[in-house]
Formats: sequence, C-alpha cells, structure tokens
Amino acid sequence: MSEGRIKVRIKFSKHGVMRFIGHLDIMRYFQKVFRRAEIDIAYSQGFSPHQIMSFAAPLGVGMESDGEYMDVELCSINSSEDIVNRMNEQMADGMQVLSARVLPDGASNAMASVAAAGYYIRFRDSFVPPQGWRKVIEDFMSQEQILVTKVTKKSEIQMDLKPGIYDFKVSSHDCTDCLYLMVNASSSGNIKPAMVLEEVYKMLDIPFDSFQLLITREDTYLNVGTDEKPEFLPLDLIGEIV
Amino acid sequence: MSELALTDDILMQVEKPARYIGNEINSVVKPSFTVDIRMAMCFPDVYEIGMSHLGIQILYDMFNSWDDVWCERVYSPWPDLDKIMRERQIPLFGLESQEPIKYLDFIGITLQYEMCYTNILQVLDLAGIPFYAKARTEEDPIIMGGGPCAYNPEPIADFFDFFYIGEGETKYREIFDLYKENKEKGGTRIDFLKKICSIQGVYVPQFYDVTYKEDGTIGSMLPNIPEAPVHVTKNMVEDFDRVSYPMKPVVPFIKCTQDRVVLEIQRGCIRGCRFCQAGQLYRPVREKDVDTLKRYAVEMLKNTGHEEISLSSLSSSDYSKLPELIDFLIQSCGEKKVNISLPSLRIDSFSLDVMNKVQDIKKSSLTFAPEAGSQRLRNVINKGLTEENILHGAQMAFEGGWTRVKLYFMLGLPTETSEDIAGIGDLANKIAATFFDVVPKEKRREQIQIVVSTSFFIPKPFTPFQWAPMCSAEQFLDKAYETRKGITSQLNQKRIKYNWHEADVSVLEGVFARGDRRVAKVILSAYQKGCIFDAWSEYYRNDLWMEAFEENQVSIDFYNTRIRSLDEILPWDILDCGVSKEFLKREWENALQEKVSPNCRDKCNGCGAMKYGCGVCVADRSIYNDEETIAKTGEVLA
Repeated sequence: MSEGRIKVRIKFSKHGVMRFIGHLDIMRYFQKVFRRAEIDIAYSQGFSPHQIMSFAAPLGVGMESDGEYMDVELCSINSSEDIVNRMNEQMADGMQVLSARVLPDGASNAMASVAAAGYYIRFRDSFVPPQGWRKVIEDFMSQEQILVTKVTKKSEIQMDLKPGIYDFKVSSHDCTDCLYLMVNASSSGNIKPAMVLEEVYKMLDIPFDSFQLLITREDTYLNVGTDEKPEFLPLDLIGEIV
Repeated sequence: MSELALTDDILMQVEKPARYIGNEINSVVKPSFTVDIRMAMCFPDVYEIGMSHLGIQILYDMFNSWDDVWCERVYSPWPDLDKIMRERQIPLFGLESQEPIKYLDFIGITLQYEMCYTNILQVLDLAGIPFYAKARTEEDPIIMGGGPCAYNPEPIADFFDFFYIGEGETKYREIFDLYKENKEKGGTRIDFLKKICSIQGVYVPQFYDVTYKEDGTIGSMLPNIPEAPVHVTKNMVEDFDRVSYPMKPVVPFIKCTQDRVVLEIQRGCIRGCRFCQAGQLYRPVREKDVDTLKRYAVEMLKNTGHEEISLSSLSSSDYSKLPELIDFLIQSCGEKKVNISLPSLRIDSFSLDVMNKVQDIKKSSLTFAPEAGSQRLRNVINKGLTEENILHGAQMAFEGGWTRVKLYFMLGLPTETSEDIAGIGDLANKIAATFFDVVPKEKRREQIQIVVSTSFFIPKPFTPFQWAPMCSAEQFLDKAYETRKGITSQLNQKRIKYNWHEADVSVLEGVFARGDRRVAKVILSAYQKGCIFDAWSEYYRNDLWMEAFEENQVSIDFYNTRIRSLDEILPWDILDCGVSKEFLKREWENALQEKVSPNCRDKCNGCGAMKYGCGVCVADRSIYNDEETIAKTGEVLA
C-alpha cells in the first residue's frame, strides 16, 4: 500500500434480483458506484488505471448474502458513515452497504483472510424429511468421512467434506426447514453449500435438485485460532469505524 | 421489488440472466396507475447490442420525462431463452415491469440493420401479437418502426402499424396526444392511425395500395384513404443544441458493446460519400455547442460512473470545435481517470498528437478507410482521400511509434475493374514500404502489421447509388479471391493480412435494402423455418433463406443484380428524406463521369436539405478553419 492511503473494508448485502449478477459484474458495478458517489478511491498507475479493490469470497450466481466484503484503498476519508451514506445513495435495488471500517496497517487483505462462510438454506417448496432435519443432520454428521468427487477443468479429485463442515444445524433463526451451515470458504478448501446438501439428499436417497435450494450467505469469517482449534470471527471484526 | 417474469430455475440455466432482470441504474419504474400511455422501446437483437444503442437511450429518456408516459425496454431473448419461452409459453415481457408487452399501448421497434428482420417477428411472436398489422385487434399494441431501415420499410411494411420517418425527438408528443384523445372518444386503432396521418413523418403502410407492372416493377403506390399524404416527409431536429439528451443513461450490469458515456457531438455529415446512406439521411449536418458538450460530459460521467467517454458522430474531425472539446476532456477526464475513446478521426498531426495523449500506442492501431483501391474509383464514390494523404498520414504515424494499420475497402462498387482491385494490394504494399523507409531497422520496436478488410458493396435507398446493380454472391467471392491474389503477389505480402466478409448475408441485405412489399412473405417463411439472429454468423442459415425465396417465388436477382432505369418507381419513392431525387440523379451522373463533388462546407450542392433551414445550410462558412482543405487525409478509429 502506498503511503498516505487508507485501507477500508466495506461490508455489503446482496438480495433480490441482484442475486443473478455474477461476481465480475458486481466488481464492475462497484467501480461505477465509487465514481458516482465521488469517493476518493486510489487508482493503480499506468495507462489504464484501475481502482484498487479486492473482494473477499466470490458469491455464486443465484445466492443472496448479508455478509459480503471488499477492501479498497482510499486517498482520503471523511467518516465511515459518510462512505456508507454516499454509497447507499448510489445503490441498485437489492444492494446495501452495511459498514465501512478502516483497517490497521499490515492487516491482510479480505481475500487472503477468508476462512469460512455461514449460510442459511431454505427450500423452495418447503421441504422437511419425515424423520425431521435434526435427526437427518445428526446422522449425516456422524459419518466418519463424507467423500465427494470434485470435478475441475483439469482433473477429478476425491475430497472429504467432513473436516470442512464447521457447523450444521436447524436454524433457530427461522422456521423448521431453515438450516444453518458453516463451511470452509478459504481459497484452498472452499466448499459450496449445495455440495453438502447433495450428499444429504444422497443419504436420504431422494433426487437432488439444486434449484430447490434458496441460499443466503449469513457472513464471511476469518480464523483467529489455529487450524486445529479454529476460532471464527466475522471479517468486519477487525478495523474501526472512523 | 417486482416479481421477475422468469423463475429462478430458468434464469439459472440461461446464459447471462442479467439480460432479463432489469433493475439497472437509471432505469425507470413508474407506478402504472399514474400514466396514460405504457410503451416499450425494442431493439430486436440481444441485450448487449441493444443496450449499446444511443437512439433508444435518447428516446427512453425523452418518453419517461413525460409524466403521462412510462417507457420500458425489450430486447430479443437469446436462442437459449427463446426455446424455453416457447416450450413453457411464457409471454415476452418488458424489463422494467416484468409484465407482458402484449398489454402495452405502443411498442417502438428500432430498425438499425436489415439482418434483424426475423427478430422483429420473434419479438411479436413471443409477445403473442399477430404478425400482420391488419390482423391486430383493439387489444393489441400499436407497433411502430423507426431508424435508418425505415427509409425503405416496404419489405416489413405489412408487420407495422406505422413508421416514424426521421429523427425521433420531434413528433412523438403530438402522436401520443392524438392517441389519448382518440382513446377518450372511444375511437378504434384505425381511427387513430387515420388521425396521425396528418403528422409529418408518419407513414401508415396499410393506407397505401401498390400495383405492379408486368415486368415486376412498381406501377403505382397511392393512398387509399383521403387522410394519407401522397408523400411522407422526414422529421428533423432543427435546434440540435437544445434538443433533449439523456443525462442519466441506463447503466447495464453486464458488459455491453458500448460500455461508456456517448457524447453525440454532431448529427449528419458534410462529406457526401456516394455509397453512404447515413450521409444523405441526416442532412444537413448540425453541431452541438461545445459548452453544452462540456456540461453533458461532466454530468453524464457523474450520473453513470462510466470509466470511459466516447465521441459520436459520422465524422468527428469535421466538428468545428474539436480541439477545444478534446483539450477539455483530456484535462477533466484525466483527473477522474476516465478513458477517452476517439472514433473516426482523420489522421493528421492534430489527431496523432491527441491519440498519443489518450491511448497506449503499443495497443492501438491506425485505421484508414479508403473504401476503394484506386483514385479513379475513389472519385466515383466521392471519397475525398488520396493515396498521398494516406501515405503521408501513415508516415507521420510510423514516426510517432505506431506499427499497426487497418485498411477498409468495399468490393463491388459501381464501375469497379480489376485495376481497382489490384490497387488494394498495391496500396497496402506501399504502406508497408513506407514503414521500412521511415523507421530505421534499429528503431523497429515491432514489425509492421497491416490488416486489409473488405466488405461487399450494397446499394442503399436515398443514395446516388440506389439505381446501381449489385453483384451476385459468386461475383463477390471472385472479387475477394482477386483481392487476395493481388495482396499475395506483393513484395511485403507477409506483413499484410486479409479478411473478407460473408457474401451470402450481403446478398440478403441487398434484397431487404431495396426490396418491396412482396419480400415480406419470404421473411415470414424464413422465420417460420427457424431463422432468427441472422446477423450472428453462428445462427445464420442460408439454406433456409434460399428455400424461403424459392417457395415464395421471389427472385433475388430482380432486387439485386437488375439494372434499374432512372424513371422506375422505387419502393421508397413515397418517402421524402430531405434530399431530392434530382440531386441523387445528378450525383449518380457525376459518379459515372468520375467527378468529385465538394463537401457541404466548401460549396452547397443543392441537395434539397436547405429547406430545413438549419445546420451547415445556414451557417457562415467562414467559421470553419481553413485547415479543412488540407486535412482530407484519412480516418482513424481508436
């Protein structure tokens, strides 16, 4: 980071029809938001300067979120509130900026910090298995291994989902068919929530249809503990409101 | 937020769902109960193309500035969604309301190129609106057409309730007021169409009968009701500086062809190239005031957040205050890290200096559009650009560090000979030789690269070449092979790459450009056979089109290769585009005699557009700097 610049972590939510706007287009969208909001964002050098901006964890098309993050570098700042207000005046319906925190010097960037993400999962046609979700999740998590085949462009790899599932429960947040799932979201071990649900459906021996899932990311987390004993905190727990 | 017309499972399986959800910044949603007229503007191609079109942004903004009107947008669903909508019988919807467009009062379809004609039928079909205007009922929207192809609307005349001839900013208020009045009085759609015949520029095809002679040419084309005028005159904006312009254009979420602020600096062109339709249709040339443009640039960048701004006109170098405008943009955009893109600049020391400031020489290339390979043929087409101009421009550019050159030509121009075609390779070779002459070996950062592209000449209505026979596909391809041979025989042939256009599509475009009402049934049967997105080579089906011509017994040669006599009644003769037929005939004669005509600023050629009493026709010619005469050097596209 160049001298005199202020690194700011911005938290935002994404709902409604905006769930169909993909990650790259959301980046382009925010570039234009910063220009419209006349925020003093820093630019890279060179013939085609671009805004210095990095996103935490890309959100899949079709998902909503209450906990998206991006880090930007600013040349000057009035206050956190001013940033939030100015950006929200420029938002498309469905997008909202929730907070803007100045990061301490040397804080690692949003993308490198991401360790986990929490998701609420609902079912389009309100689905509860006969034995109830509590029992199903208990059975599912009592398996020693949850092996899946991850198909990438280059190869197929066997992967055990279980160590990457940090929390899986019926959510008290909502009704009986809303689940809460917290999984690894780091660049090396990212787990998509639909992958877990697909395995659950397999165990129940019912056909899986990903269109049935309504997924909202609850928040994105960093790990302040160790790999063996993780301790997760939301990405906006560092930095301060100015 | 409104419900979407498409369910999640559909949106998740089609390519780019953002094409169909609306909600873009600066899109307009009004409570429908507050308006009297609901309409949609349609660009019959995919979203990314349609969203890049300035004309719709101008009209969308103007319509929505009126309290009693809500204008939405609609584009052609891409074939993946098209298929699903047919299977599940989902009616085509407006992006803003997500409601079926069938229930709107008006649908305005812009006609920018002939190859979108089957997509018009796709839009009507998916919307559930009858193809033929005569089959529509009081429940159906009024289908209006406008844009350059409306200057010969005959091949699609049967599908439209009316065409609006000319620039859209002028007469829609009157049309809508008559619509409201007619509705209040309980009038029918025919009553309404009769009423608007009194408005300048309104052409209602069903109020005209066409008869044909034995040889197939038109015998007569006359109004069949007293209200319809014998001639329909184009509309034109007289005060171009003060006409409405969208300060808040809609900003798409996905990357579109035109993803930038577009500043229209002038309309029309002084040059009078004889193949060019736009150069005739938008006469006389009119400029916006440079202070107006500066204000627009700042405001539009602020309202959109775009990172690029581009100047739009048929020939930007002819804008009288260009240096002042560009200086302002370089200064104010530089501060905001906004890129400037400069299309269609003539190459001279000024433009090279400007390009040097606004773009990376390493990544950009110079573009010349000589259009024809020899000076003789360039005189025929009235392209005032000499070989000396081009070589001089190239030399300056090579000295400035450029190494990439693009050259555009047309094949099949009237009077073209093998010598003219050979001139293409010769010119490309001379440009390469110029590079080797002016750039010493040790300073050659990169090898010279020349790309020659040719398109096939298609005669267009309201140009001096409207009577010219067009080549057949075989002739076109022979000319392309000849061009290639001419290039590969050059000394520097390894530095020259050659691209040419598809011939089949050009042939079809020729039929639609100069066709009459009998072509409509061919378009409908091609559509019914599955032709859509004909402008996209991956979807173009020449075999189906040829079947459609054959089955309907419509001859391609009749429209394309036949020699028309000067006294033949042309399908577009009932329209008056501002320039007179006498002028076009004079220019056609000049072309055949290889005589060049001066541009509008140097001398009036008496085309007829002076009757509009504005623009260059009434301007004091001395305000334009005298560099004019020496600067006819070429064009560059940024």
